[in-house]
Amino acid sequence: MEVTTNWYLVLAILMFSIGAVGLMVRRNPLVMFMSVELMLNSVNITFVSLGTALNDVGGQIAVFFVLVVAAVEVVVGLALIVAINRRHPDADADDLSVLRG
Amino acid sequence: MSEVIVFFFAAAIILVGAVGVVVARNPVHSALFLVQTLFGVAIIFLIQDANFLAAVQIMVYAGAIVILFLFVIMLLGVDSAEELDVDPIAGQRPLAVVLGAALLGVGLTVVLVAAKGITGARATAGGEHALDNGLSDVERIGRVLFTEYVFAFEATAALLTIAVIGAVVLTRRAAAADMLPDREPASFELPPLAPAIDEEEEH
Repeated sequence: MEVTTNWYLVLAILMFSIGAVGLMVRRNPLVMFMSVELMLNSVNITFVSLGTALNDVGGQIAVFFVLVVAAVEVVVGLALIVAINRRHPDADADDLSVLRG
Repeated sequence: MSEVIVFFFAAAIILVGAVGVVVARNPVHSALFLVQTLFGVAIIFLIQDANFLAAVQIMVYAGAIVILFLFVIMLLGVDSAEELDVDPIAGQRPLAVVLGAALLGVGLTVVLVAAKGITGARATAGGEHALDNGLSDVERIGRVLFTEYVFAFEATAALLTIAVIGAVVLTRRAAAADMLPDREPASFELPPLAPAIDEEEEH
């Protein structure tokens, strides 16, 4: 028995679905961000797996850039959460339905 | 065969961690489950000989991003455990699970049924992009990153700078914050002075 690319892709889609459900179910903005990280990581798995299947380093390069964008997203997102929390302590995603302070 | 064992081991780590992130009440537990998942993904990278990415995964994700999450959790207070038993929007949870299952079904259909194997051009054997060109992992990524993708790499630097500036601007306590309408202006009233009668009575 050998690990084929499809195994990795199935693992990635499972992880992506769990992350998507977490994003839809949870209200704590921090946990929602973590769910987004799960989805990003599942996409990284597909990049590396397909790159390996095609004998191409391009997949790994793509993962490198995804990592950078994920870091940027987390920095800005957490800064937003801190800024919102300063004005509205204990706010969750349902309380933030308007785009004004 | 050993590869299969390692794969299932890593997959179990990943999936248990992913479910833990979603169902944990305490955000700190979610962050720790996220570390578990990221380690599993690093193992998956290692199986596929992406050693550099596995190291970066540990350092950047588990080492930096999750620590950032934990910092913010501590900053905002850890006692904000979410009440998971109540469902503020009726039917949100079942709908979310149904949508997630639909997403899973579509993905599995695409991967296992609809797609006839992997399409796309394989890299030229022995070329710069090929994984079997005899270079080490880091050297191969470096050569491609600093030649073909050098513009994207420079753009990354600009992106990171913008993120740093954005984070500073967003979290800075603005000097004008006290003048916002929903804030009480700072009070300058002094406490009432103690009556100066006692001093005169002594004379």
